[in-house]
Amino acid sequence: MARHIRKLSDKRITLISSESEHFFSRTALMYVYMGHMKWNHLKPYEDKFWVKNRLELKQSYVQHVDTQQKQLTFESGEVFSYDKLVIACGSKYNKFGWPGQDAKGVIGLVNKQDLEELEELAPNNKVCKRAVIVGGGLIGVELAEMLSTRNIPVTFLVREKHFWNNVLPAEEAQLIDRHIQEHHIDLRLETNLEEIITDENGKVKSVKIKETGEVLDCDLVGLTPGVSPNVEFLKNSSIDLNRGVLVNRSLETSETDVYAIGDCAEQREPIGNRPPIEAVWYTGRMMGEALAQTLCGNPMEYKPGHWFNSAKFFDIEYQTYGWVFPKPKEGQTDFYWEHEDGKKCIHIQYEKESRIFKGINTFGIRLRHEVFDHWLTKEATVDEVIENLGKANFDPEFYKTYEKQIQNKFKNESKTKAI
Amino acid sequence: MSADMNMSVTGNAPEQLSVQQKLSTALGLAGLLIMTLSVFNIGFQPKTLWLTLSLVLVAAGIIWYTKASYAHKPEGIKNDGVYFKSLTNRGFWAYILGLVFTGFYIVLYFYPSLLGLNSDSANTGVVSLFDPLSVALSGNPASQWFVYGTLYTLAILGFGFKFLWKYRHNSYQRLRTFSVMFFQLGFAFIIPEVMARLNGDDFSLPYYNLVNIWPLNYYNFEQYRVDEFISAGSVGIGLLIFGVASILIITPILTYKYGKRWYCSWVCGCGGLAETAGDSFRHLSDKSQNAWKLERWLVHSIVVFIVISTTAVVYSYLRYDDYWLSGTAFLISVASLLTIVFVWVMVYKRQELQNDAKYAAIGFFVLILALVGLHFSGMSNNIFILEAETLRSSYAFGVGAMFSGVVGVGFYPIFGNRVWCRFGCPMAAILGFQQRLFSKFRITTNGGQCISCGNCSTYCEMGIDVRAYAQKGENIVRSSCVGCGICASVCPRGVLKLENDTPAGRINPQEVLLGNDVDLMDLVNQNK
Repeated sequence: MARHIRKLSDKRITLISSESEHFFSRTALMYVYMGHMKWNHLKPYEDKFWVKNRLELKQSYVQHVDTQQKQLTFESGEVFSYDKLVIACGSKYNKFGWPGQDAKGVIGLVNKQDLEELEELAPNNKVCKRAVIVGGGLIGVELAEMLSTRNIPVTFLVREKHFWNNVLPAEEAQLIDRHIQEHHIDLRLETNLEEIITDENGKVKSVKIKETGEVLDCDLVGLTPGVSPNVEFLKNSSIDLNRGVLVNRSLETSETDVYAIGDCAEQREPIGNRPPIEAVWYTGRMMGEALAQTLCGNPMEYKPGHWFNSAKFFDIEYQTYGWVFPKPKEGQTDFYWEHEDGKKCIHIQYEKESRIFKGINTFGIRLRHEVFDHWLTKEATVDEVIENLGKANFDPEFYKTYEKQIQNKFKNESKTKAI
Repeated sequence: MSADMNMSVTGNAPEQLSVQQKLSTALGLAGLLIMTLSVFNIGFQPKTLWLTLSLVLVAAGIIWYTKASYAHKPEGIKNDGVYFKSLTNRGFWAYILGLVFTGFYIVLYFYPSLLGLNSDSANTGVVSLFDPLSVALSGNPASQWFVYGTLYTLAILGFGFKFLWKYRHNSYQRLRTFSVMFFQLGFAFIIPEVMARLNGDDFSLPYYNLVNIWPLNYYNFEQYRVDEFISAGSVGIGLLIFGVASILIITPILTYKYGKRWYCSWVCGCGGLAETAGDSFRHLSDKSQNAWKLERWLVHSIVVFIVISTTAVVYSYLRYDDYWLSGTAFLISVASLLTIVFVWVMVYKRQELQNDAKYAAIGFFVLILALVGLHFSGMSNNIFILEAETLRSSYAFGVGAMFSGVVGVGFYPIFGNRVWCRFGCPMAAILGFQQRLFSKFRITTNGGQCISCGNCSTYCEMGIDVRAYAQKGENIVRSSCVGCGICASVCPRGVLKLENDTPAGRINPQEVLLGNDVDLMDLVNQNK
């Protein structure tokens, strides 16, 4: 956002964070632990970029926000005044009141400090003989992949029937189940954590499983059951909070000249099917793009376009455009195709009557954002989408294509349905 | 900062090799040991047996290492621990390897007698070890270049096999690798050797790798070669015409259609070695803006240097000896060609050039024309002031030997595998110039999917900060891109795709990405 403001305005801009000196890409933390990259590679801008664009960086932790005096108080006691304040303090990982959840050896994977702690607790499989991960979502599977690159045995506790089954339909959730197991992860489905047991030094020793009462020895517990806004420091301010910082469509909080963006912001009215708090990497960027306009005298609401997302589960890439729900919504139905190798699939949901295409999940096949965005906007029918699927293919050149197979399956199923 | 940088290297991360990896490395090194010992004239007899044994050991070592590394793992990206290993993270072993490579190149270029090349007697040392193979192919005893060529080919084939396994899920990478292996084995190694077999008293062709195109092959139009081509009758003339057409007609057409990748990462031998043996070092390239600036100035200066040097050399023999083309006519054609290119760029592509590129283009152009003018006005007898021979020999030493060999390959483990291709290769610069301004090739960015993770930039061997474009939703259209496709492979979110498509919309600077409000996108992207 600062970059966008600087393009439009010459005003003084200060970025305050206690996490690291320079901006880094949070989504790539895992690659540092895996040895694919070093810390420096995570920084999208060279250090001199900030100086060149006169973006002041302040490494500090804000303890108090005084919206009357327009002042911030830092941990050090220093007072800093502002004209306009943008809160983008992000998330922290959830803890659900498990006994032992604050013990040494229990970590999340959200910020740089988490990564440093992980490096210390689990440098190799001699120091960390087994890790238990609680919570079957995107960060959980990342953590499992990370630990497995250092040959640390991982037990992965998932509450749902299948991995990420609260978001993915059962078919593709099962596909990912199999892939996780192929990577030698001990995946336990429909399994909950009862408590974390510590030793005499207050360090993690084992975990107890709710359903079976089984006790698993481990040196590390990864808590990855989602994140929530990191707004503790605002509790004693006059800014309206719920789970996050409450904002309207213009990203304004209850106080004048205070705004919130990213996954700490909570929309008072949810936008479409989007949740009020969107913990997705790109919404923060989009909110920043919109708010930069507002702050520079060009009022602009945050109006996200069609939903999209992506992830990678070990070796299998996932993309989604539009909405695909675990079970089709009322009046909708779906079409599923899976390749015989069990590593590629697509799942489409569409309206039964009008046949309007609502969304697609794709695994192991890359698809073109632009084309799907266009189809969603013009409310294309599922038949048009299937017919022209080749146009949306984004796999590298010379890759095998599967459109024919997909189209044939779709045709056959339509016939059977018609009968 | 230092604590940050070392974050993951502090722990004793699993950088150790497995038992099989260690044994296979030892096996390969045993093959190299035989060759090394033969340098000291340890009489390995019979030579055919020992040569075969050493080559087979090296190949077997690489194949075994490959299997031990990848066979038991599911298909996918294999970059785990790259930054923990001493060899691939500029550690102790990287410097040792760099020193060994550098030393080898210095001996190869400047002290071949140490390898056993004797000017007036039969080969000794390691060169003689390779005699049986050389005789079998060309009928002649080996030279230091034959030893080098064989090892070079072995490296591309062996590490090409490794690369094929590493990327066995990726058809683009596999095809590309088969291609460089094929061109190295066939065009660079076997065909020229077999062609040499045809040479006799009344027919002789210069050693010619057809895909080694001027200016990479900077000596292609020197007098002794041109004379040989001409003396070899229609075949020779054909080859000479092919050599000229390669740079003036064939490469522009292919580069227009496919980008410079058709050459740099599918055909070229330097590229072939970088992509195979050098693959483990691709992430070491410098991604900073400063490195980019250095690259632009250096590589284009070298183009100017080789154009001047070759023009001077060709002119100097056309001028005094009797050829169908006169020196003056040649000089005028060169000047005209440069003028046409210069005017075309300045008229149609001016807005796509950065300011420093414009100044440099004007500067170089004025310089060349001034030198030509100076010569015609009679103020300087030597075209380009210096003796043609001085220009030629300084290029051969400075660029041909030191840069492409000693620095280019010797420093693989320190500066990455494409130092020569990026900073030095005049061929890459010419193709890149065209790729940037007149080609259908681009790397498409997939809407708003980029998460700025930086895998693409990290693993770009040419030091392109791919992420800087991708996170803005902008296509990547850079002259240095060799189209290896690794950025697209390592991307965890399916953001990048190498494509040849219509030139319209190829360059698409954007301020707001797909996925945001349409009004905002329109507003900001128009206001720019």
